[in-house]
Amino acid sequence: MQSVRLSLVVTASFMSSAWHINAHADAARGKTLYESRCIGCHSVDASRVGPLHRGVVGRKAGSVKDYDYSPALKTSKVVWDVTLLQTWLTDPEAFIQGQRMGYSVDEAKDRVDLAEYLATLK
Amino acid sequence: MKSIVNSEALSRRNFLSTTATLSAGTIALLAGNSALAQGMAGNAAADVGILNVALGVEHEAINAYQLGAGSGLLQKPVLDIAVSFQSHHKAHRDALIATIQKLGGKPVEEKKLDEYAKALNAASLKSQGDVLDLAARLELGATNAYIGVIPAFKDTALAKVAARLAADETMHWTILTNALGRPLPATALSFGA
Repeated sequence: MQSVRLSLVVTASFMSSAWHINAHADAARGKTLYESRCIGCHSVDASRVGPLHRGVVGRKAGSVKDYDYSPALKTSKVVWDVTLLQTWLTDPEAFIQGQRMGYSVDEAKDRVDLAEYLATLK
Repeated sequence: MKSIVNSEALSRRNFLSTTATLSAGTIALLAGNSALAQGMAGNAAADVGILNVALGVEHEAINAYQLGAGSGLLQKPVLDIAVSFQSHHKAHRDALIATIQKLGGKPVEEKKLDEYAKALNAASLKSQGDVLDLAARLELGATNAYIGVIPAFKDTALAKVAARLAADETMHWTILTNALGRPLPATALSFGA
């Protein structure tokens, strides 16, 4: 019983922590980060070296029309949400092995803000 | 075509890694474990993947400068600088292709100019400032992309290559920013962060 209680406390604490981070997500800062870090390969409305980002939240990974994805992305079952985008940005290769993006984002706050900005691209 | 990696260092490294890979790979194949045998080339395949993304960036940069130079919007000496920067990107491209091939990979192909024009919304470029702004945005993005992939390379010689490419892109961005009359970064360590 005690371990169940402890587990609940830990879970609640984690959820509280996650909520705390998301509550302070800054899409405007995310846009600035996007303009400096992602624009080398990505655009909002056009696929370039990387696929376009408009509509990414809610979209199945590897599904932008006419973009040449890796087989790993094409066969992935992932449907992007804000949390999964943060996981992806932490270490794309650890998340989906065989994908092609060598870029990752070190700082958790940066990942939160970038994902929040991407979620605005509807 | 010259590889961007020091040829002797790469040959030595490749020789050592290939010898080790083939030996272990052969053992895996003999044991009937083809998945393991394929996995032996994983590090090189991962590096080739990153290099091919870099090559895609270089193809796009060459075509972006082509669009700018052919737009009739650039005046001398800006036009000369744009052509000079394009020649740098062509050298990057050639070196990346040579390196990818040396590692046994297949370089990604360049798209048609029209496709780059559409993706970069070249129709919206109406002035020299517009062209320079687009070039500066792409150069900053490329700088940060190259810095960002440095830790992902399995081969440290290739990580150095990414750093050298980033240095060239930073130089381009700095000149373009100056030409646009914009201030330089107020703080240190502004790139790659």
